[in-house]
Amino acid sequence: MSLVEAALVTIVAASTPLLLAAIGELVVERSGVLNLGVEGMMVMGAVAGFAAAYTVGSATLGIVAAVVTGIAMSLLFAFLTQILAANQVATGLALTLFGLGLSGLVGEPFTGLPGVKLERIEIPLLSDLPIVGSAFFAQDVLVYASFILTIATAFVLSRTKTGLVIRAVGINHHSAHALGYKVIAVRCACIAFGGACAGLAGAHLSLAYTTQWIESMTAGRGWIALALVVFATWVPGRVLVGAYLFGAVWIMGLYAQGLGAGIPPQLLSSLPYLATIVALVLISGDRILAKANTPACLGQAFVPDR
Amino acid sequence: MISDDSDSQASNSTPKPSPEPGLESAPPAADGEAPPDYLLEANGITKTFGDFTANDDVSLRLRKGEIHALLGENGAGKSTLVKIIYGSLQPDAGSLHWRGKQVRVPSPAVARDLGIGMVFQHFSLFDALTVVENIALVMTGRFDPESLSGRIEQVSAQYGLSLDPFARVADLSVGERQRIEIVRCLLQSPSLLIMDEPTSVLTPQEADRLFITLRQLAAGGCAVLYISHRLEEVKALCHRATVLRHGQVVAQVDARRETAASLARLMVGSDVHRITGGTGSPLEETMIAVRDLDLPANGPFGISLHRISLAVRAGEVVAIAGVAGNGQSELFEALSGERLVKHNEAIALAGTDCGIDGISARRRLGAAFVPEERLGHSAAPTFTLAENMLLTRHGCDSEMVARGGFVDQRYAQRISERVMQRFDVRSGGHLNPPAGALSGGNLQKFVIGRELDRQPKAIVINQPTWGVDAGAAALIRQALIDMARAGAAVLAISQDLDEIFAIADKVAVISRGELSALLPIGDVDRERIGLLMAGEHETRPFDAPGTIDKTNDVNDMKKGSERDAAHP
Repeated sequence: MSLVEAALVTIVAASTPLLLAAIGELVVERSGVLNLGVEGMMVMGAVAGFAAAYTVGSATLGIVAAVVTGIAMSLLFAFLTQILAANQVATGLALTLFGLGLSGLVGEPFTGLPGVKLERIEIPLLSDLPIVGSAFFAQDVLVYASFILTIATAFVLSRTKTGLVIRAVGINHHSAHALGYKVIAVRCACIAFGGACAGLAGAHLSLAYTTQWIESMTAGRGWIALALVVFATWVPGRVLVGAYLFGAVWIMGLYAQGLGAGIPPQLLSSLPYLATIVALVLISGDRILAKANTPACLGQAFVPDR
Repeated sequence: MISDDSDSQASNSTPKPSPEPGLESAPPAADGEAPPDYLLEANGITKTFGDFTANDDVSLRLRKGEIHALLGENGAGKSTLVKIIYGSLQPDAGSLHWRGKQVRVPSPAVARDLGIGMVFQHFSLFDALTVVENIALVMTGRFDPESLSGRIEQVSAQYGLSLDPFARVADLSVGERQRIEIVRCLLQSPSLLIMDEPTSVLTPQEADRLFITLRQLAAGGCAVLYISHRLEEVKALCHRATVLRHGQVVAQVDARRETAASLARLMVGSDVHRITGGTGSPLEETMIAVRDLDLPANGPFGISLHRISLAVRAGEVVAIAGVAGNGQSELFEALSGERLVKHNEAIALAGTDCGIDGISARRRLGAAFVPEERLGHSAAPTFTLAENMLLTRHGCDSEMVARGGFVDQRYAQRISERVMQRFDVRSGGHLNPPAGALSGGNLQKFVIGRELDRQPKAIVINQPTWGVDAGAAALIRQALIDMARAGAAVLAISQDLDEIFAIADKVAVISRGELSALLPIGDVDRERIGLLMAGEHETRPFDAPGTIDKTNDVNDMKKGSERDAAHP
């Protein structure tokens, strides 16, 4: 395996959790909800996935546990922000803090234990392709899932009635309500989808990317996923590009460290975060680009008037 | 909704007429079944919100092919009634019969299935979506833009309502947006079309166009339930009218046999105050001067102002007419100092150049400003009236903020009470209620009274009586005229042509950020203003692609937003 091939494999592995979490958050934001709790849902998914897989010995069960946990976390957010109309920013931040704290507590007995590794599935013929074969066609099921989810989300949002309703609710919840759509129900469903995706992202971290549980192992990936959604101007295809761009920056940092490039490791490990800031500045500088797909009701609570 | 406490204090208690007026030829059958010639029959509809009764035993009957007006002041319960018919609200008591059968309408989707369509006053459109996507949202079945756009083109051709299915709503004029709403209803081949104040946002020509469409529909057997404040157009368009007052039906009349004055009397319950004042004789001194004002658009959907010049002399009322969203807010912001302009001499108030001065500095020159939005812009909803008093007077009334920067609460309270008394602000007995607790009309009287109480030399007011009931509107208009006759300059930006003809000495029209010449009110008629609203005086090129022949359709006004955003 050449160095390029090896780098590509790790880039895919590093990008997948970003892509999964960002696609989920994209759907949430398209429906007009800003859930800043991605990091918290992701880290809870990671610990639940690891714990379940370790206890039962099945990675599949770990994935299921991670998804269920992600959804449970998101429904807590949905209850507070949609039913009780609490402030979304404050609730999302609380969800992240809560998730980081609770996962540390729950994960304490599992720290340092050897986990269950998600098996690679080699796709016949395609996996033998040079360079890209091992990176894209001999990966675990979550990598494939991330691509399928991206395509499916893009299709649903732009081509189906369901997607149209989600977008409509995010653009003008009063109009959607007047036409008889159930704004709160649509948003709760989207929030749950976002939670499931964040759970999957967490599972990938603790079952595939590394096979162990480390406290706060998400290391800000939830925040990068959030930034990616803005960076991608709420378009699924651009989320894919963005996720791989950030994954690549991340891995390059590690490789540069490994090769002894003489750059301080702190600087290299801060690269993805720096890239996030630069990307956000570039995007918000171009007002028309940023406005084009911005859900106009993003972050606003909807209280039906009687 | 805000309950209007003044309702309960109304002096004249008109006895409720029998629900069966003489005009009805066929009485309903004894067993309670509606006779089959009624399309819709609403019986004894009652709806309360807390201790406010919005609809009290309201009955309404509609025949096929009839254009039926629903009249009433703000808060009379018109919107509640149509929301119940459209399934957005559920009645506490009463029943709906549709084609003779009792029905329940639990949601708008069910209403649409029955054949009831509704065009909302505040459109239920989605700015960032295309026309076809907006329409698909109310259609059942799969989302198929290609076949749907074909049907849209077919229906719009049939009724002469030109629409580009793939245009984005944000790029369309208000008239075009309303067409989307209408076409959206027509696509479902409705048997009943409900229209909530459809002409309040249209030019006179656009309104005429709408009436043609509605008559076409009625001739085809569709019933139209038409809500409006504008009595002349009700008289011209509608066959029958049901009048609501304080949630009750007070009359069902033949609209064609009534006069505008008699309809107004039924709505208000007494004669509406006639505005007096005649034309003024302006003094020499120019109090509000705008010279060659250019202002770039604020954001992608804003309007840029182009070479605006205007002079308002002391003692006269000047009105600026125009369809909403053509630069009125931008002009107001430039005048009030919410947005500063580049050249100081572009704006002068009371003879002093102040284009680069802030709002308090302009107030100190003797100017006063009343913006369009009552709640949130003119007044802070959760603040009390006395606190709201402070918001516009802290910088120009030295007694308001007393020694050491402390607020003199008692002084604020005293002026607030003075304004409430002078301008008949009714607050249900509270001396200092939060602004949000007042009804729209009463709050508007308060925010205007707050400015007039300072005896300003110049007042700029945006939409003085927007969404205000007839009684309050008459009081506000009279106060503005009295102010001018006492020597102040009044600049009123208004969409309401009736209002402009009632109060203004001169009128100018704004369209896509350009202002026409100032014309004496005696020299213009509705026709002339309508042509100006459609942009006759504009100098900037009209470069929106794919627009329709202007002579054929004066209302195809693309907002200049796209181009303005591209060349700020």
